[in-house]
Amino acid sequence: MFKRSVLPVLTVLGVIMALWYAACIPMNSAWTIQQLERSGETMTVSEHIADTWAQERPRLPAPHQVAAELWDTTVMKKITSKKSLIYHGWITLSATLLGFGIGTTLGVLLAVGIVHSRAMDMSVMPWAIVSQTIPIIAIAPMIIVVLYSIGVQGMLPKAIISAYLSFFPVVVGMVKGLRSPDAMQLDLLRTYSANKSQSFWKLRLPASVPYLFASLKIGVAASLVGAIVGELPTGAVRGLGARLLAGSYYGQTIQIWSALFAAAILAAGLVALIGLLERVTLRRMGERP
Amino acid sequence: MIHVVGALILWGLGWMLNARLANGPRANTRAVQIAVPVIFGATILLIWELIVRGLSVPLVILPPPSMIATTFANSLPILWADFVQTFVKGALSGFVIGGVAAFLLAIVVDRYDFLRRGLLPVGNFMAALPIVGTAPILVMWFGFDWQSKAAVVVVMVFFPILVNTVAGLRDTSDIQRDLMRTYGASYGQTLFKLRLPAAMPFIFNGLKIATTLALVGAIVAEFFGSPTRGMGFRISTSVGQLALDMVWAEIVVAALAGSFFYGAIALCEKGVTFWHPSQRS
Amino acid sequence: MVSNLIISAQNLDLTFQTNDGPVHALKDVSLEIGKGEFVSFIGPSGCGKTTFLRCIAGLEQPTGGQISVNGMTPDEARKARAYGYVFQAAGLYPWRTIGGNIKLPLEIMGFSKAEQAERVARVMDLVDLSGFQKKFPWQLSGGMQQRASIARALAFDADILLMDEPFGALDEIVRDHLNEQLLALWARTEKTIGFVTHSIPEAVYLSTKIVVMSPRPGRITDVIDSPLPRERPLDIRDSKEFIEIAHRVRDGLRAGHQDDV
Repeated sequence: MFKRSVLPVLTVLGVIMALWYAACIPMNSAWTIQQLERSGETMTVSEHIADTWAQERPRLPAPHQVAAELWDTTVMKKITSKKSLIYHGWITLSATLLGFGIGTTLGVLLAVGIVHSRAMDMSVMPWAIVSQTIPIIAIAPMIIVVLYSIGVQGMLPKAIISAYLSFFPVVVGMVKGLRSPDAMQLDLLRTYSANKSQSFWKLRLPASVPYLFASLKIGVAASLVGAIVGELPTGAVRGLGARLLAGSYYGQTIQIWSALFAAAILAAGLVALIGLLERVTLRRMGERP
Repeated sequence: MIHVVGALILWGLGWMLNARLANGPRANTRAVQIAVPVIFGATILLIWELIVRGLSVPLVILPPPSMIATTFANSLPILWADFVQTFVKGALSGFVIGGVAAFLLAIVVDRYDFLRRGLLPVGNFMAALPIVGTAPILVMWFGFDWQSKAAVVVVMVFFPILVNTVAGLRDTSDIQRDLMRTYGASYGQTLFKLRLPAAMPFIFNGLKIATTLALVGAIVAEFFGSPTRGMGFRISTSVGQLALDMVWAEIVVAALAGSFFYGAIALCEKGVTFWHPSQRS
Repeated sequence: MVSNLIISAQNLDLTFQTNDGPVHALKDVSLEIGKGEFVSFIGPSGCGKTTFLRCIAGLEQPTGGQISVNGMTPDEARKARAYGYVFQAAGLYPWRTIGGNIKLPLEIMGFSKAEQAERVARVMDLVDLSGFQKKFPWQLSGGMQQRASIARALAFDADILLMDEPFGALDEIVRDHLNEQLLALWARTEKTIGFVTHSIPEAVYLSTKIVVMSPRPGRITDVIDSPLPRERPLDIRDSKEFIEIAHRVRDGLRAGHQDDV
């Protein structure tokens, strides 16, 4: 078991790490050489290499530099400090969760409506499908600025962006799920003279659960991206997106990388959480994987 | 006030019309299936126009569709230049480079089982991450121009295409693989005659997902820094000037580009995977 | 004396290692098949008949004993393209026409384009599918798809034909028809055929030799040399000899089942 799945993954990760360290050398060398020319000193090869792994503003931070920065700004800082990544992560996360919750709820409601009303189905569904091909994130800056100008700022505008980014995947996935029971199952319920509400609660809704969770995973990742992008237009100072922006303005590359890793860890954590919820729910519904 | 009343009446009329069509005898014809969403969309646009004019909504909050249309028509050269910068140079080139790279790696991964078992979990993990966050780093490495945007697109489309292609290459039944063995076929023959054609539905699934990601990546990357061209650039600067009609015009361009790109890939898919059950129903 | 033996198995053993422990798929299987014979393998699930066929084809490696095909190891025979294999499902590629599907082995084995065209036309005629070259698999019925699969196996003129329950998924009328056609084909082409089936009438109708197998462990319980003439109309199935052979097969199957009941 270990040999089959864990060992290959560890090997691949190990190779990636090695390549990363190796890439730091050529990428950061220009700066080292520049410094040497200025000071007139010389360095041995190993000193040169060590330098490329320890610069303050490297073109490519070494893994341990990123890890150190992550450690420094999470564990070593008070949560209330403006420099704490946990603080910034929470700002982004709260907008994400609020938006995700709104988007998912509305999405499920619309999906139920689409499945039960032909008019709604034929009017809205084509637009929901088309919207998946449109980069709706392009609306994000406008939403932020417009709401800002009428006095709505902070978490709510970002949450709105997160909401509509998760909305459409949830609608499409949920409709697919609610429609997934096959003709045989639906016929069986008709022989019991079940009405639409009974069919919904006893058959369609349980059948849609796997599809719902698949869409939730996509939706939560999209919501996070929405919240991050929402922090860019007004030059916000709080949140992971703001940290990314600040890092890029001031050339603080290690800060950029640590913010990116924090966002990645957040995304992975959210998706994993939903995966866990999925396993628990499916197990309680009788599916034994 | 009369505009708002008009809008409400229009909403009711539109809904009744669609309900009639959707539940009527001709509901399954192509004509009706196209008419209903179009009526829905047109109704929304009209209501938008009426409410914005009727309630005198400030232009810096929400301009009416008619104004957006005028701005669109008057700004075609700018919009075209933005389109070329973001879509053609940024999204399209990144899509091609990322797609080819992912495809080639997928074939290597398929060949060596150890590599597949190691790389696929990592690839699935990477596909779920907010890759747009790499934009500032890539701008730092590749400069402000389209190359950094293409680089962001490469990273964004790489993992979905890789994961889908690997899944597709494995989607052959035991019978088909055994049959190849009975012919004494080589790895290359099996790859070209069986696995690649069988993988096409999966590959196109990945490509379709990638079209949206490519455009999103190129636009968002421009939010982090861009020369004085590009859809993302235009959106963020117009937003700053509160020229919302221009913003909406760019959004229309983005929407058109997105659906056109997706539609082109879907058309190719129809041609290549004509044999798949999903294309035949 | 010139050896007429095409396939020779001696004390063949095959044990699979599964999650539930070792499975003795084949135990001590010895059999000799001469040129031009039609040999059926019949038995319940798990008796090893498919496994044995796959050993002949070089698709499974035995864990004990010997087996030779055309004087070579099965793997060498496979690389020498000594046999055609027909699976339970037609396994036609939906992205190729019927003609294109039959060309598949010919392309792999390096026949020239002209040869390919000639062979495709010839074998499609043999299985009565002429005119369907440009159709796609989904446009054909199950029986026709299976006929195309047989044509594909015949295209490169291998001496041996190995068939694993090819008609199992088809209805009885179609099955009867295909059985007749298969016998006619066999008479015309004089191939050596190994045929796995679940159906007693099918085994008795088609074969010159019937091998009855039973499971746990997979072994041969009876080998019946059929006294029926090579030319057989369908209504030979009502004759006395036919019913006697069928009885013998049934007894052999029951004997193998004693351990279950």
